[in-house]
Amino acid sequence: MQKTEEMATVLEQQALGSNIFDLKLKAPQIAKLAKAGQFVSVYPNRADKLLPRPISLCGFDPKEGSLRLVYRVTGEHTGTEEFSRLQAGDTIRLLGPLGNGFTVEPGKKAILVGGGIGVPPMLELAKQIKAQQLCEQTIVMGYRDANTFLLDEFEQVATTVVSSDDGAVGTKGTAIDAILANHVTGDVIYACGPKPMLRALRDYARAKGMRCFVSMEERMACGIGACLACVCQSTHEDGHSNVKNKRVCADGPVFDAEEIEL
Amino acid sequence: MSEFNINTAVDFCGIPMKNPVTVASGTFGSGMEYSDLVDLNVLGAVTTKGVANHPWAGNPTPRVAETKSGMLNAIGLQNPGIDTFIERDLAFLKQYDTRVIVNVCGHSEEEYVDVVERLADTDVDLLEINISCPNVKEGGIAFGQDPKQAMAITKAVKTKAKQPIIMKLSPNVTDIAEMARACEAGGADAVSLINTLTGMKIDIHRRTFALANKTGGMSGPAVHPIAVRMVYQVAQAVNIPIIGMGGIASTEDAIEMILAGATMVSVGTANFFDPTITQKIVAGIEDYMRKYQIADIRDLIGAVR
Repeated sequence: MQKTEEMATVLEQQALGSNIFDLKLKAPQIAKLAKAGQFVSVYPNRADKLLPRPISLCGFDPKEGSLRLVYRVTGEHTGTEEFSRLQAGDTIRLLGPLGNGFTVEPGKKAILVGGGIGVPPMLELAKQIKAQQLCEQTIVMGYRDANTFLLDEFEQVATTVVSSDDGAVGTKGTAIDAILANHVTGDVIYACGPKPMLRALRDYARAKGMRCFVSMEERMACGIGACLACVCQSTHEDGHSNVKNKRVCADGPVFDAEEIEL
Repeated sequence: MSEFNINTAVDFCGIPMKNPVTVASGTFGSGMEYSDLVDLNVLGAVTTKGVANHPWAGNPTPRVAETKSGMLNAIGLQNPGIDTFIERDLAFLKQYDTRVIVNVCGHSEEEYVDVVERLADTDVDLLEINISCPNVKEGGIAFGQDPKQAMAITKAVKTKAKQPIIMKLSPNVTDIAEMARACEAGGADAVSLINTLTGMKIDIHRRTFALANKTGGMSGPAVHPIAVRMVYQVAQAVNIPIIGMGGIASTEDAIEMILAGATMVSVGTANFFDPTITQKIVAGIEDYMRKYQIADIRDLIGAVR
Protein backbone atom coordinates (compact mmCIF):
# COMPACT_ATOMS: atom_id res chain seq x y z
CA MET A 1 0.00 0.00 0.00
CA GLN A 2 1.56 3.27 -1.12
CA LYS A 3 1.78 6.01 1.49
CA THR A 4 3.41 9.39 1.77
CA GLU A 5 4.18 12.06 4.33
CA GLU A 6 2.73 15.40 3.35
CA MET A 7 2.48 18.86 4.89
CA ALA A 8 -1.16 19.76 4.33
CA THR A 9 -2.55 23.27 4.19
CA VAL A 10 -5.91 24.00 5.75
CA LEU A 11 -8.45 25.19 3.18
CA GLU A 12 -11.32 25.64 5.61
CA GLN A 13 -12.73 24.32 8.83
CA GLN A 14 -16.18 24.51 10.35
CA ALA A 15 -18.00 23.04 13.33
CA LEU A 16 -20.81 20.57 12.61
CA GLY A 17 -22.64 20.93 15.89
CA SER A 18 -21.01 20.34 19.24
CA ASN A 19 -17.56 18.74 19.19
CA ILE A 20 -17.73 17.59 15.57
CA PHE A 21 -15.46 19.39 13.10
CA ASP A 22 -15.24 19.40 9.34
CA LEU A 23 -11.70 20.05 8.13
CA LYS A 24 -10.82 20.50 4.49
CA LEU A 25 -7.15 20.18 3.61
CA LYS A 26 -4.97 20.64 0.55
CA ALA A 27 -2.90 17.45 0.35
CA PRO A 28 -2.60 16.54 -3.34
CA GLN A 29 -0.25 13.56 -2.99
CA ILE A 30 -2.45 11.77 -0.48
CA ALA A 31 -5.65 12.75 -2.32
CA LYS A 32 -4.26 11.14 -5.47
CA LEU A 33 -3.75 7.77 -3.72
CA ALA A 34 -6.78 7.68 -1.44
CA LYS A 35 -9.56 5.09 -1.33
CA ALA A 36 -12.85 5.18 0.61
CA GLY A 37 -12.41 3.68 4.08
CA GLN A 38 -8.75 4.60 4.40
CA PHE A 39 -7.42 6.98 7.03
CA VAL A 40 -4.58 9.43 7.59
CA SER A 41 -2.28 9.88 10.55
CA VAL A 42 -2.53 13.48 11.68
CA TYR A 43 0.45 14.72 13.70
CA PRO A 44 -0.24 17.27 16.42
CA ASN A 45 1.98 20.35 16.25
CA ARG A 46 2.45 20.34 20.02
CA ALA A 47 5.75 18.62 20.75
CA ASP A 48 4.49 16.97 23.94
CA LYS A 49 1.91 15.02 21.93
CA LEU A 50 3.88 12.28 20.29
CA LEU A 51 1.42 10.00 18.63
CA PRO A 52 -0.35 10.66 15.35
CA ARG A 53 -4.16 10.70 15.50
CA PRO A 54 -5.70 8.29 13.01
CA ILE A 55 -8.65 10.02 11.31
CA SER A 56 -10.76 8.45 8.58
CA LEU A 57 -11.21 10.12 5.22
CA CYS A 58 -14.71 11.56 4.95
CA GLY A 59 -13.92 12.63 1.43
CA PHE A 60 -11.19 13.35 -1.07
CA ASP A 61 -10.91 14.97 -4.47
CA PRO A 62 -7.84 13.99 -6.51
CA LYS A 63 -8.54 16.74 -9.08
CA GLU A 64 -8.72 19.43 -6.45
CA GLY A 65 -5.96 17.76 -4.40
CA SER A 66 -8.09 17.97 -1.28
CA LEU A 67 -9.00 15.79 1.69
CA ARG A 68 -11.92 16.12 4.05
CA LEU A 69 -11.70 14.96 7.65
CA VAL A 70 -14.75 14.98 9.90
CA TYR A 71 -13.75 14.17 13.46
CA ARG A 72 -14.86 14.46 17.08
CA VAL A 73 -12.92 16.47 19.64
CA THR A 74 -12.30 13.92 22.36
CA GLY A 75 -11.75 16.30 25.25
CA GLU A 76 -9.82 19.25 26.59
CA HIS A 77 -6.08 19.39 25.93
CA THR A 78 -6.32 16.64 23.33
CA GLY A 79 -4.76 16.44 19.89
CA THR A 80 -8.18 16.70 18.28
CA GLU A 81 -8.86 19.88 20.25
CA GLU A 82 -5.65 21.29 18.78
CA PHE A 83 -6.83 20.33 15.29
CA SER A 84 -10.20 22.03 15.88
CA ARG A 85 -8.42 25.39 16.19
CA LEU A 86 -6.77 25.12 12.77
CA GLN A 87 -7.73 27.89 10.37
CA ALA A 88 -7.40 28.44 6.64
CA GLY A 89 -3.73 28.76 5.71
CA ASP A 90 -2.44 26.79 8.73
CA THR A 91 -0.40 23.69 8.06
CA ILE A 92 -0.60 20.22 9.56
CA ARG A 93 1.54 17.16 8.88
CA LEU A 94 -0.10 13.99 7.56
CA LEU A 95 0.93 10.46 6.70
CA GLY A 96 -1.32 8.58 4.36
CA PRO A 97 -3.36 7.21 2.91
CA LEU A 98 -3.22 4.34 5.39
CA GLY A 99 -5.09 1.08 5.73
CA ASN A 100 -6.93 -1.00 3.18
CA GLY A 101 -10.25 0.81 2.70
CA PHE A 102 -13.54 -0.70 1.56
CA THR A 103 -13.77 -3.02 -1.42
CA VAL A 104 -17.30 -3.01 -2.80
CA GLU A 105 -18.79 -6.18 -4.26
CA PRO A 106 -20.25 -4.97 -7.56
CA GLY A 107 -23.91 -5.74 -8.17
CA LYS A 108 -24.56 -6.81 -4.58
CA LYS A 109 -27.13 -4.56 -2.96
CA ALA A 110 -25.34 -2.65 -0.22
CA ILE A 111 -26.40 -1.43 3.20
CA LEU A 112 -24.02 1.25 4.43
CA VAL A 113 -24.10 1.71 8.19
CA GLY A 114 -22.38 4.47 10.15
CA GLY A 115 -22.61 4.95 13.89
CA GLY A 116 -21.37 7.95 15.89
CA ILE A 117 -17.95 9.05 14.69
CA GLY A 118 -18.06 6.07 12.32
CA VAL A 119 -20.47 8.09 10.15
CA PRO A 120 -17.91 10.17 8.18
CA PRO A 121 -16.01 7.45 6.24
CA MET A 122 -19.29 6.06 4.91
CA LEU A 123 -19.98 9.28 3.01
CA GLU A 124 -17.11 8.85 0.57
CA LEU A 125 -18.01 5.18 0.12
CA ALA A 126 -21.62 6.09 -0.67
CA LYS A 127 -20.45 8.71 -3.18
CA GLN A 128 -18.09 6.27 -4.89
CA ILE A 129 -20.77 3.59 -5.12
CA LYS A 130 -23.11 6.09 -6.76
CA ALA A 131 -20.54 7.66 -9.08
CA GLN A 132 -19.24 4.31 -10.30
CA GLN A 133 -22.72 2.75 -10.29
CA LEU A 134 -21.33 -0.23 -8.41
CA CYS A 135 -24.57 -1.40 -6.83
CA GLU A 136 -27.85 -0.33 -5.26
CA GLN A 137 -27.42 1.09 -1.78
CA THR A 138 -29.36 2.10 1.30
CA ILE A 139 -27.73 4.21 3.98
CA VAL A 140 -28.36 3.75 7.70
CA MET A 141 -26.98 6.36 10.05
CA GLY A 142 -26.94 5.97 13.83
CA TYR A 143 -26.60 9.21 15.78
CA ARG A 144 -26.40 9.94 19.50
CA ASP A 145 -28.92 12.77 19.39
CA ALA A 146 -30.32 15.52 17.20
CA ASN A 147 -26.85 16.47 15.90
CA THR A 148 -27.24 14.61 12.63
CA PHE A 149 -24.00 15.78 11.08
CA LEU A 150 -23.56 14.98 7.36
CA LEU A 151 -27.11 13.59 7.12
CA ASP A 152 -28.15 16.07 4.42
CA GLU A 153 -25.19 14.97 2.31
CA PHE A 154 -26.04 11.28 2.67
CA GLU A 155 -29.63 12.00 1.67
CA GLN A 156 -28.38 13.56 -1.57
CA VAL A 157 -26.57 10.32 -2.47
CA ALA A 158 -29.09 7.60 -1.65
CA THR A 159 -32.09 6.63 0.45
CA THR A 160 -31.07 7.20 4.07
CA VAL A 161 -32.70 6.05 7.29
CA VAL A 162 -31.69 7.24 10.73
CA SER A 163 -31.64 6.15 14.32
CA SER A 164 -30.74 8.12 17.41
CA ASP A 165 -29.95 6.96 20.92
CA ASP A 166 -32.39 9.43 22.44
CA GLY A 167 -35.08 9.21 19.76
CA ALA A 168 -34.65 12.85 18.76
CA VAL A 169 -34.52 11.86 15.09
CA GLY A 170 -35.51 8.72 13.21
CA THR A 171 -35.95 5.44 15.00
CA LYS A 172 -35.15 5.51 18.70
CA GLY A 173 -32.34 3.05 19.35
CA THR A 174 -29.53 1.65 17.28
CA ALA A 175 -28.78 1.35 13.59
CA ILE A 176 -30.17 -2.21 13.73
CA ASP A 177 -33.47 -0.79 15.04
CA ALA A 178 -33.54 1.57 12.05
CA ILE A 179 -32.86 -1.31 9.65
CA LEU A 180 -35.74 -3.31 11.13
CA ALA A 181 -38.18 -0.41 11.42
CA ASN A 182 -37.59 0.61 7.80
CA HIS A 183 -37.42 -2.94 6.38
CA VAL A 184 -34.02 -2.22 4.85
CA THR A 185 -32.76 -5.15 2.81
CA GLY A 186 -29.52 -5.91 1.03
CA ASP A 187 -26.82 -8.46 0.24
CA VAL A 188 -23.80 -6.90 1.92
CA ILE A 189 -23.30 -4.64 4.93
CA TYR A 190 -20.45 -2.10 5.02
CA ALA A 191 -20.14 -0.52 8.45
CA CYS A 192 -18.10 1.77 10.66
CA GLY A 193 -18.94 2.62 14.24
CA PRO A 194 -18.75 1.47 17.85
CA LYS A 195 -17.94 -2.18 18.53
CA PRO A 196 -21.37 -3.11 19.98
CA MET A 197 -22.96 -1.84 16.76
CA LEU A 198 -20.53 -3.79 14.60
CA ARG A 199 -21.14 -6.92 16.68
CA ALA A 200 -24.92 -6.54 16.27
CA LEU A 201 -24.53 -6.05 12.53
CA ARG A 202 -22.35 -9.14 12.24
CA ASP A 203 -25.00 -11.18 14.07
CA TYR A 204 -27.74 -9.69 11.91
CA ALA A 205 -25.79 -10.45 8.72
CA ARG A 206 -25.12 -14.01 9.91
CA ALA A 207 -28.81 -14.59 10.59
CA LYS A 208 -29.72 -13.24 7.15
CA GLY A 209 -26.88 -14.98 5.30
CA MET A 210 -25.34 -11.66 4.27
CA ARG A 211 -21.69 -10.67 4.13
CA CYS A 212 -20.60 -7.93 6.50
CA PHE A 213 -17.51 -5.72 6.28
CA VAL A 214 -16.61 -3.63 9.32
CA SER A 215 -14.11 -0.84 9.86
CA MET A 216 -12.34 -1.23 13.19
CA GLU A 217 -10.79 1.23 15.59
CA GLU A 218 -7.95 0.65 18.06
CA ARG A 219 -5.29 2.70 19.82
CA MET A 220 -2.41 3.15 17.38
CA ALA A 221 1.18 4.31 17.56
CA CYS A 222 3.07 4.03 14.25
CA GLY A 223 -0.07 3.74 12.07
CA ILE A 224 1.78 1.71 9.42
CA GLY A 225 1.94 -1.85 10.77
CA ALA A 226 5.35 -1.84 12.45
CA CYS A 227 4.70 -1.45 16.18
CA LEU A 228 1.89 -3.99 16.62
CA ALA A 229 -0.05 -1.75 19.02
CA CYS A 230 -3.41 -1.77 17.25
CA VAL A 231 -4.15 -5.44 16.80
CA CYS A 232 -7.57 -7.06 16.89
CA GLN A 233 -8.14 -10.74 17.44
CA SER A 234 -8.69 -12.72 14.29
CA THR A 235 -10.40 -16.04 13.77
CA HIS A 236 -7.45 -17.43 11.80
CA GLU A 237 -3.69 -17.02 12.03
CA ASP A 238 -2.59 -13.63 10.81
CA GLY A 239 -0.06 -13.31 8.03
CA HIS A 240 2.32 -11.12 10.00
CA SER A 241 2.99 -12.81 13.35
CA ASN A 242 1.51 -16.28 12.87
CA VAL A 243 -0.80 -15.71 15.83
CA LYS A 244 -4.41 -14.53 15.75
CA ASN A 245 -3.82 -10.80 15.76
CA LYS A 246 -4.59 -8.69 12.71
CA ARG A 247 -3.14 -5.19 12.58
CA VAL A 248 -6.00 -2.69 12.38
CA CYS A 249 -3.80 -0.05 10.73
CA ALA A 250 -2.19 -2.22 8.08
CA ASP A 251 -4.37 -5.34 7.61
CA GLY A 252 -7.53 -3.27 8.16
CA PRO A 253 -9.18 -1.10 9.25
CA VAL A 254 -11.80 -2.86 7.10
CA PHE A 255 -12.28 -6.57 7.79
CA ASP A 256 -14.79 -9.21 6.88
CA ALA A 257 -16.71 -9.44 10.18
CA GLU A 258 -16.17 -13.22 10.15
CA GLU A 259 -12.37 -12.93 10.07
CA ILE A 260 -12.12 -11.07 13.38
CA GLU A 261 -13.39 -11.55 16.94
CA LEU A 262 -15.81 -8.74 17.62
CA MET B 1 30.14 24.44 0.95
CA SER B 2 32.81 23.21 3.28
CA GLU B 3 35.39 20.76 1.98
CA PHE B 4 36.05 19.55 5.51
CA ASN B 5 36.20 15.75 5.45
CA ILE B 6 34.44 13.83 8.17
CA ASN B 7 34.28 10.21 9.22
CA THR B 8 30.98 9.04 10.66
CA ALA B 9 31.86 5.33 10.55
CA VAL B 10 32.29 3.45 13.80
CA ASP B 11 33.48 -0.02 14.63
CA PHE B 12 31.03 -1.83 16.85
CA CYS B 13 32.31 -5.12 18.28
CA GLY B 14 34.44 -5.54 15.16
CA ILE B 15 31.54 -4.78 12.81
CA PRO B 16 32.07 -1.65 10.73
CA MET B 17 29.03 0.63 10.69
CA LYS B 18 28.76 3.46 8.16
CA ASN B 19 27.33 5.66 10.87
CA PRO B 20 26.25 5.21 14.49
CA VAL B 21 22.50 5.42 13.90
CA THR B 22 20.15 2.48 14.33
CA VAL B 23 16.58 2.05 15.54
CA ALA B 24 15.27 0.84 18.88
CA SER B 25 13.84 -2.65 18.80
CA GLY B 26 10.08 -2.79 18.48
CA THR B 27 9.58 0.65 16.97
CA PHE B 28 10.57 -0.21 13.42
CA GLY B 29 9.42 -3.79 12.81
CA SER B 30 12.05 -5.29 10.54
CA GLY B 31 12.13 -2.14 8.46
CA MET B 32 9.61 -3.31 5.87
CA GLU B 33 6.79 -0.97 6.87
CA TYR B 34 9.14 2.03 6.92
CA SER B 35 10.99 1.17 3.73
CA ASP B 36 8.82 3.29 1.43
CA LEU B 37 9.41 6.30 3.69
CA VAL B 38 13.01 5.80 4.83
CA ASP B 39 16.00 4.72 2.71
CA LEU B 40 17.22 1.86 4.89
CA ASN B 41 20.62 2.04 3.16
CA VAL B 42 21.22 5.30 5.00
CA LEU B 43 21.11 3.69 8.45
CA GLY B 44 24.16 2.28 10.18
CA ALA B 45 22.08 -0.70 11.24
CA VAL B 46 18.49 -1.84 11.57
CA THR B 47 17.64 -3.39 14.92
CA THR B 48 14.67 -5.71 14.56
CA LYS B 49 11.63 -6.23 16.70
CA GLY B 50 12.27 -8.94 19.31
CA VAL B 51 12.02 -12.47 17.97
CA ALA B 52 11.47 -15.67 19.96
CA ASN B 53 11.83 -19.33 19.06
CA HIS B 54 8.09 -19.57 18.37
CA PRO B 55 5.31 -17.03 17.65
CA TRP B 56 4.13 -14.93 20.60
CA ALA B 57 0.64 -13.40 20.63
CA GLY B 58 1.49 -10.49 22.94
CA ASN B 59 -0.85 -8.67 25.32
CA PRO B 60 -4.51 -7.63 25.04
CA THR B 61 -5.34 -4.14 23.75
CA PRO B 62 -5.14 -1.23 24.44
CA ARG B 63 -1.40 -1.72 24.14
CA VAL B 64 -0.33 1.92 23.94
CA ALA B 65 -1.16 5.20 25.64
CA GLU B 66 0.22 8.67 25.17
CA THR B 67 1.74 10.53 28.11
CA LYS B 68 3.21 14.03 28.21
CA SER B 69 6.24 13.99 25.89
CA GLY B 70 6.17 10.23 26.12
CA MET B 71 4.16 7.10 25.73
CA LEU B 72 3.53 3.78 27.39
CA ASN B 73 3.50 0.50 25.57
CA ALA B 74 2.68 -3.03 26.59
CA ILE B 75 2.81 -4.85 23.27
CA GLY B 76 4.11 -7.98 24.99
CA LEU B 77 6.65 -8.92 22.31
CA GLN B 78 4.21 -10.18 19.72
CA ASN B 79 6.39 -11.77 17.07
CA PRO B 80 6.16 -14.35 14.27
CA GLY B 81 8.83 -16.69 15.62
CA ILE B 82 12.31 -17.32 14.30
CA ASP B 83 11.35 -19.40 11.25
CA THR B 84 9.18 -16.73 9.63
CA PHE B 85 11.67 -14.12 10.77
CA ILE B 86 14.55 -15.74 8.91
CA GLU B 87 12.53 -16.53 5.78
CA ARG B 88 10.75 -13.21 5.47
CA ASP B 89 12.20 -10.43 7.61
CA LEU B 90 15.88 -11.27 7.41
CA ALA B 91 15.65 -11.98 3.68
CA PHE B 92 14.02 -8.57 3.27
CA LEU B 93 16.70 -6.74 5.26
CA LYS B 94 19.55 -8.39 3.41
CA GLN B 95 18.51 -6.53 0.25
CA TYR B 96 19.84 -3.36 1.87
CA ASP B 97 23.29 -2.04 2.55
CA THR B 98 22.82 -1.79 6.31
CA ARG B 99 23.87 -3.92 9.26
CA VAL B 100 21.33 -6.19 10.90
CA ILE B 101 21.01 -6.40 14.67
CA VAL B 102 18.46 -9.01 15.73
CA ASN B 103 16.73 -8.51 19.05
CA VAL B 104 16.26 -11.88 20.75
CA CYS B 105 13.63 -12.63 23.39
CA GLY B 106 12.65 -15.69 25.37
CA HIS B 107 10.80 -16.94 28.45
CA SER B 108 13.73 -19.05 29.61
CA GLU B 109 17.44 -19.54 29.07
CA GLU B 110 16.65 -22.42 26.70
CA GLU B 111 14.40 -20.24 24.56
CA TYR B 112 17.00 -17.47 24.23
CA VAL B 113 19.69 -20.03 23.36
CA ASP B 114 17.39 -21.68 20.85
CA VAL B 115 16.99 -18.42 18.91
CA VAL B 116 20.69 -17.66 19.12
CA GLU B 117 21.52 -21.10 17.71
CA ARG B 118 19.02 -20.71 14.89
CA LEU B 119 20.66 -17.41 13.94
CA ALA B 120 24.25 -18.67 14.29
CA ASP B 121 24.68 -19.55 10.61
CA THR B 122 22.61 -16.72 9.19
CA ASP B 123 23.85 -13.48 7.74
CA VAL B 124 23.07 -11.45 10.86
CA ASP B 125 25.67 -9.02 12.16
CA LEU B 126 24.90 -8.75 15.85
CA LEU B 127 22.44 -10.11 18.41
CA GLU B 128 20.79 -7.96 21.01
CA ILE B 129 19.54 -10.02 23.94
CA ASN B 130 16.41 -8.53 25.45
CA ILE B 131 16.62 -9.16 29.18
CA SER B 132 14.68 -6.04 29.98
CA CYS B 133 11.17 -6.12 28.55
CA PRO B 134 8.84 -4.99 31.34
CA ASN B 135 5.75 -6.34 29.61
CA VAL B 136 6.15 -10.11 29.70
CA LYS B 137 5.66 -12.14 32.83
CA GLU B 138 8.38 -14.75 32.45
CA GLY B 139 11.86 -14.18 31.13
CA GLY B 140 12.48 -10.71 29.83
CA ILE B 141 13.04 -8.44 32.74
CA ALA B 142 13.45 -11.25 35.29
CA PHE B 143 16.94 -11.71 33.85
CA GLY B 144 17.51 -7.99 33.68
CA GLN B 145 17.02 -7.07 37.32
CA ASP B 146 19.37 -9.56 38.96
CA PRO B 147 23.10 -9.30 38.18
CA LYS B 148 23.68 -13.02 38.79
CA GLN B 149 20.94 -14.02 36.37
CA ALA B 150 22.12 -11.45 33.85
CA MET B 151 25.62 -12.88 33.98
CA ALA B 152 24.33 -16.43 33.68
CA ILE B 153 22.17 -15.73 30.64
CA THR B 154 25.01 -13.81 29.02
CA LYS B 155 27.34 -16.79 29.47
CA ALA B 156 24.74 -19.23 28.17
CA VAL B 157 24.11 -17.17 25.07
CA LYS B 158 27.80 -16.52 24.45
CA THR B 159 28.66 -20.22 24.34
CA LYS B 160 26.31 -20.72 21.36
CA ALA B 161 26.46 -17.40 19.56
CA LYS B 162 28.53 -16.87 16.45
CA GLN B 163 27.76 -13.15 16.35
CA PRO B 164 28.75 -10.52 18.91
CA ILE B 165 26.27 -10.27 21.79
CA ILE B 166 24.71 -7.02 23.01
CA MET B 167 22.87 -7.30 26.31
CA LYS B 168 19.93 -4.87 26.48
CA LEU B 169 19.61 -3.40 29.94
CA SER B 170 16.62 -2.28 31.95
CA PRO B 171 16.53 1.09 33.69
CA ASN B 172 14.20 -0.42 36.29
CA VAL B 173 17.08 -1.29 38.61
CA THR B 174 18.83 0.37 41.53
CA ASP B 175 22.27 0.32 39.94
CA ILE B 176 22.48 -0.05 36.17
CA ALA B 177 26.30 0.04 36.27
CA GLU B 178 26.28 -3.14 38.34
CA MET B 179 24.05 -4.83 35.72
CA ALA B 180 26.40 -3.72 32.94
CA ARG B 181 29.43 -5.05 34.84
CA ALA B 182 27.66 -8.39 35.35
CA CYS B 183 27.01 -8.67 31.60
CA GLU B 184 30.60 -7.72 30.82
CA ALA B 185 31.83 -10.35 33.28
CA GLY B 186 29.56 -12.88 31.55
CA GLY B 187 31.28 -12.19 28.27
CA ALA B 188 28.97 -9.66 26.64
CA ASP B 189 30.50 -7.87 23.68
CA ALA B 190 28.37 -4.77 24.22
CA VAL B 191 25.42 -3.40 26.15
CA SER B 192 22.45 -1.36 24.96
CA LEU B 193 20.39 0.90 27.18
CA ILE B 194 17.89 1.98 28.22
CA ASN B 195 14.86 -0.20 27.68
CA THR B 196 11.60 1.42 28.79
CA LEU B 197 10.77 2.57 32.32
CA THR B 198 7.80 0.86 33.90
CA GLY B 199 4.90 3.27 34.15
CA MET B 200 1.14 3.47 34.53
CA LYS B 201 -1.63 5.68 33.24
CA ILE B 202 -5.18 5.81 34.52
CA ASP B 203 -8.11 6.95 32.40
CA ILE B 204 -10.04 9.16 34.82
CA HIS B 205 -13.13 9.30 32.61
CA ARG B 206 -13.54 5.54 32.36
CA ARG B 207 -11.88 4.98 35.77
CA THR B 208 -9.73 2.21 34.46
CA PHE B 209 -6.16 1.60 33.40
CA ALA B 210 -5.22 3.12 30.06
CA LEU B 211 -3.43 -0.12 29.14
CA ALA B 212 -5.02 -3.56 29.34
CA ASN B 213 -1.75 -4.76 30.91
CA LYS B 214 -2.16 -2.07 33.64
CA THR B 215 1.54 -1.16 33.44
CA GLY B 216 3.64 -0.44 30.40
CA GLY B 217 7.07 0.66 29.34
CA MET B 218 7.54 4.41 29.16
CA SER B 219 9.56 5.89 26.32
CA GLY B 220 9.88 9.11 24.38
CA PRO B 221 11.58 12.48 24.92
CA ALA B 222 10.49 12.58 28.57
CA VAL B 223 12.91 9.77 29.47
CA HIS B 224 15.92 11.12 27.57
CA PRO B 225 17.76 12.74 30.53
CA ILE B 226 17.45 9.50 32.50
CA ALA B 227 18.90 7.57 29.56
CA VAL B 228 21.80 10.02 29.17
CA ARG B 229 22.62 9.68 32.86
CA MET B 230 22.54 5.89 32.72
CA VAL B 231 24.63 5.68 29.53
CA TYR B 232 27.17 7.92 31.21
CA GLN B 233 27.23 5.76 34.36
CA VAL B 234 27.63 2.56 32.36
CA ALA B 235 30.35 4.10 30.19
CA GLN B 236 32.34 4.79 33.34
CA ALA B 237 31.78 1.25 34.61
CA VAL B 238 32.60 -1.02 31.67
CA ASN B 239 35.05 -1.29 28.79
CA ILE B 240 32.64 -2.74 26.22
CA PRO B 241 30.85 -0.45 23.76
CA ILE B 242 27.35 0.92 24.32
CA ILE B 243 24.31 1.50 22.14
CA GLY B 244 22.61 4.47 23.76
CA MET B 245 18.87 4.94 23.47
CA GLY B 246 15.99 6.51 25.32
CA GLY B 247 13.99 9.41 23.98
CA ILE B 248 16.32 10.34 21.13
CA ALA B 249 14.22 12.63 18.95
CA SER B 250 16.77 14.95 17.35
CA THR B 251 20.38 15.26 16.25
CA GLU B 252 21.12 17.07 19.49
CA ASP B 253 19.79 14.15 21.53
CA ALA B 254 21.90 11.69 19.55
CA ILE B 255 25.09 13.76 19.96
CA GLU B 256 24.38 14.08 23.68
CA MET B 257 24.15 10.31 23.97
CA ILE B 258 27.43 9.82 22.09
CA LEU B 259 29.18 12.40 24.26
CA ALA B 260 27.89 10.52 27.32
CA GLY B 261 29.64 7.38 26.09
CA ALA B 262 27.53 5.64 23.43
CA THR B 263 29.30 4.30 20.33
CA MET B 264 25.95 3.87 18.58
CA VAL B 265 22.52 5.40 19.13
CA SER B 266 19.03 3.99 18.61
CA VAL B 267 16.02 6.04 17.64
CA GLY B 268 12.78 4.57 18.95
CA THR B 269 9.55 6.32 19.82
CA ALA B 270 10.50 9.28 17.60
CA ASN B 271 9.84 7.06 14.56
CA PHE B 272 6.16 7.22 15.51
CA PHE B 273 5.88 10.98 15.28
CA ASP B 274 8.42 11.51 12.54
CA PRO B 275 8.82 8.43 10.34
CA THR B 276 11.91 9.82 8.60
CA ILE B 277 13.65 11.05 11.79
CA THR B 278 16.46 8.48 11.46
CA GLN B 279 17.59 9.93 8.11
CA LYS B 280 17.40 13.44 9.52
CA ILE B 281 19.61 12.44 12.46
CA VAL B 282 22.19 10.80 10.16
CA ALA B 283 22.38 14.03 8.16
CA GLY B 284 22.26 16.15 11.31
CA ILE B 285 25.26 14.39 12.83
CA GLU B 286 27.27 15.23 9.70
CA ASP B 287 26.20 18.88 9.92
CA TYR B 288 27.18 19.00 13.58
CA MET B 289 30.61 17.57 12.84
CA ARG B 290 31.22 20.09 10.07
CA LYS B 291 30.00 22.96 12.22
CA TYR B 292 32.42 22.09 15.02
CA GLN B 293 35.19 20.83 12.69
CA ILE B 294 35.15 17.34 14.18
CA ALA B 295 36.92 15.07 11.70
CA ASP B 296 36.10 11.75 13.32
CA ILE B 297 32.95 10.83 15.17
CA ARG B 298 34.98 8.51 17.37
CA ASP B 299 36.45 11.61 18.99
CA LEU B 300 32.99 12.39 20.35
CA ILE B 301 32.34 9.04 22.02
CA GLY B 302 32.43 9.54 25.78
CA ALA B 303 34.13 12.89 25.28
CA VAL B 304 32.29 14.44 28.21
CA ARG B 305 33.57 13.04 31.45
